[in-house]
Amino acid sequence: MTAPLLQVRDLKVHFQVRSGGLFGTSIPLKAVDGISFDLKAGETLGIVGESGCGKSTLGRAVLQLLPATAGTVAWLGSDLTALDKAELKAQRRNMQVVFQDPLASLDPRMTAGDIIAEPLRNYHAELSTAEIKARVKEMMEQVGLLPSMINRYPHEFSGGQCQRIGIARAMILKPQLVVCDEPVSALDVSIRAQIINLLTDLQRRFNLSMLFISHDLSVVRHISHRVMVLYLGKVMELADRDALYRTPRHPYTQALISAVPIPDPEKERAKPRVIVNGDLPSPLNPPSGCVFRTRCPKATEICAQVAPPLEHAGAGHEVACHHWRE
Amino acid sequence: MTVLDIRDLTVRFATHDGEVAAVSNVSLSIAKGECLGIVGESGSGKSQTFLAAMGLLAPNGRATGEVNFSGMNLLTAGEKALNSVRGNKVSMIFQDPMTSLTPHMKVGRQLAEVLVRHRGLSAADARAQSIAMLKRVQIPEAERRFEAYPHELSGGLRQRVMIAMALLCAPELIIADEPTTALDVTVQAQILDLIRIAKDETNAAIVLITHDLGVVAGLADRVAVMYAGRIVEVGDVRQIFKAPQHPYTKGLLACTPRLDDETGGALLTIPGQPPNLQRLPPGCAFNPRCAYVMERCLRERPALLPDAAGGLSACFLTNAQGAP
Ligand SMILES: Nc1ncnc2c1ncn2[C@@H]1O[C@H](COP(=O)(O)OP(=O)(O)OP(=O)(O)O)[C@@H](O)[C@H]1O
Ligand code: SF4
Ligand code: SF4
Ligand SMILES: [Mg+2]
Repeated sequence: MTAPLLQVRDLKVHFQVRSGGLFGTSIPLKAVDGISFDLKAGETLGIVGESGCGKSTLGRAVLQLLPATAGTVAWLGSDLTALDKAELKAQRRNMQVVFQDPLASLDPRMTAGDIIAEPLRNYHAELSTAEIKARVKEMMEQVGLLPSMINRYPHEFSGGQCQRIGIARAMILKPQLVVCDEPVSALDVSIRAQIINLLTDLQRRFNLSMLFISHDLSVVRHISHRVMVLYLGKVMELADRDALYRTPRHPYTQALISAVPIPDPEKERAKPRVIVNGDLPSPLNPPSGCVFRTRCPKATEICAQVAPPLEHAGAGHEVACHHWRE
Repeated sequence: MTVLDIRDLTVRFATHDGEVAAVSNVSLSIAKGECLGIVGESGSGKSQTFLAAMGLLAPNGRATGEVNFSGMNLLTAGEKALNSVRGNKVSMIFQDPMTSLTPHMKVGRQLAEVLVRHRGLSAADARAQSIAMLKRVQIPEAERRFEAYPHELSGGLRQRVMIAMALLCAPELIIADEPTTALDVTVQAQILDLIRIAKDETNAAIVLITHDLGVVAGLADRVAVMYAGRIVEVGDVRQIFKAPQHPYTKGLLACTPRLDDETGGALLTIPGQPPNLQRLPPGCAFNPRCAYVMERCLRERPALLPDAAGGLSACFLTNAQGAP
C-alpha cells in the first residue's frame, strides 16, 4: 500500500484578535481547529464550506505559508512544521498554489513569461535563458495560452487567461501537490468550464494531488475524488465524492446540498428543502458543543454540551454528529 | 397586464478610448405577477439595461429608445417624475445592500422615511408598518433591529432589510440585481425563499438579474439571455432549460457544472473569450465562438424573431429568418 503523500493531523491555526475591550485583551479566532486528513498521490480532495469556515487558512497552513498553532503536516512522512527555512524551501518546490483573483495574484510589472519563469529561476539556477524560455513556452501551450503572448503584461489578458498564467506558474516545476484556492470563483461560467477542464486534465496527466478549496458544491462535485465539509474551523464530514453527495450524513452537509440551486426548473422546484435558519455565527464566538447546533434542525441537549467526535459512517466516510444515525 | 415595456433600448458610454455600446436594441416587457430572469455573463449588459430604464446611468452614459411604465416614457420623464417612481412604484434590490442603505442612519429610520415621503404616513404609523414589514421578512427581534445601524447586521439580515424596504410601498415592479450573489449558500436559500413568498403574495412584477442559472430555474417564469449587449433568446423558463435554441444558451447550460451531475467527465465548453464590446465582429456577435457558424453569420446580424420552440431567438439557424 502506498503511503499518503500528505498526512495532516489535528492541525490548528488560531489567530489572536484584539477584542477591543478596555484592557486590550485578545481572544483566539480558531480559524482551523483540529483538522486531520490524508491525501494520496493523484487524488483531489475538495474542501467546501461557507465564508469563515477556515478553508483558505487550512490551505495556507498545509503549505506552511502560515504558521500552525498545533498539529503536524507530514509530507512523504516528514513533518513540515519541524523543518528549517532551507529545508522548507527545498520541499516547497513540490507544492504550489493557485489563487482566486487571477489578476490581483500576478505582479503587474512582470510579463507573463517572467511570471511563469519565476519558480524555475528560483530552483534551477543552472538553466540558461534560452532553456527557461523554451520551458515557459511549452508550459504556456499546455495551459492553453499562445506562446506568442509571452511578453505581454497581466492587464493585457482576460481573467481566464490570467488564471491560466497562474496555473502555468504553479505547474512549471512539475509539483506533486497543488493547492487551488477558489481558482474559478472569479471567472465567468464559460471560462470557468475551460479552467475546470484544464485542472482536471493536468491533474490526470501529471498524477497531481490537489486540494481544491471552493464554496461551490457543484464545482467540487465535478472535480474531486473525496470531499471534506468544514464549518467554523472543524470537519463536519469527510467522504468519497459520490457517498457525500448521494448519502450525506451530517445535517450541515444535507443543508448545503439542498441549498444549491439546480439549473433545471422541474427539479429545482420539486426538490425537498432543508432550510437552516439564521446566519453563520461569528468565528470569534463559536457555539459550545457542536459548532453547528445553533442552526441545526436535529439539535438536542447533548449537542450544546459535547462536541461530537468524527465517527466512521462507512468505508472512508467520517461524520461529526451525535445524531447521524437517526 | 404589462407593467414595464422596454422598446429598442440602446445604451452607449463615452470612454477615453471611444464609445461602448453596452446595450443594443433591447426590447422586453414584463407583466404583473411575472418574474423575468435576465441571465448572461459579466459585461453582457444585464445591469445597464435596467439602470438605464430607471434613469440611473453613469454621467457618461446615454440611453435611447422607450421605457414605458405607468403611462410615461421614463427615458424622457425628468428627474422629478423618476424620483416619484423609484422607491415607490419601483423598488430595486442590489447585490450589496450597503450601496443602498445609508451607513450612519438607523435601519428603522431609513424604512420609515420611505413611507413618510412616498405615502404621507405619520411617524408613528410609519414606524409600526416598518416593524411589521421587518417581521414579514422574518427578521428576528424586529423591534430591536429597527434601532440597529446597517453595519451592525450580518449580510443576510441586511439583504432582508433591503427586501423589506423594497416591499414597503407595495411596488408594481421589483428589480433585483444579483440579490444573493454575495451571500453564503445556506443564506442564499433563505433569501430566495423570501423572494418566492413576496412574489406569490404581492403580485408585483419581478426582474431577477443573475449569472446563476440555478437561481433563475427556481424562480423565473420567463428568461431572457443576453450576450454582448443584446438579447439572444427569450422564452418560457421550462422551454429555455429543456430546449434551448440559441447556440449561446445551449453552450451556457452545457458548460455549467451541476450539483446533480453524477457522471463527471469533461465539461462542454464555449471556446474562446468573452466578447470585447469595442471590438465586436461584424454579423452575429457570437460568431467567433459558435460551433454552427455559417458564411452568412459573418456578414449579417440575426434579428430576435420567433423560433420553433415558441420563444424568440437571434440566430439564423433557429428563427424564421433562417427558413429558406
Ligand atoms: N460608466 C461606464 N462607462 C463605460 N462603460 C461602462 C460603464 N458602466 C458600464 N459599462 C460597460 O457596460 C457593459 C455592460 O455592463 P453591465 O454592468 O450591464 O453588465 P452585467 O451584464 O450586469 O455584468 P455583471 O454580470 O458583471 O454584473 C460592460 O462592458 C461595462 O464595462
Ligand atoms: S451534533 Fe447535534 S447540533 Fe451538531 S450536527 Fe449533529 S444533531 Fe446537529
Ligand atoms: S447566427 Fe450564426 S454565428 Fe450566430 S449563433 Fe446563430 S449560427 Fe451561430
Ligand atoms: Mg450586473
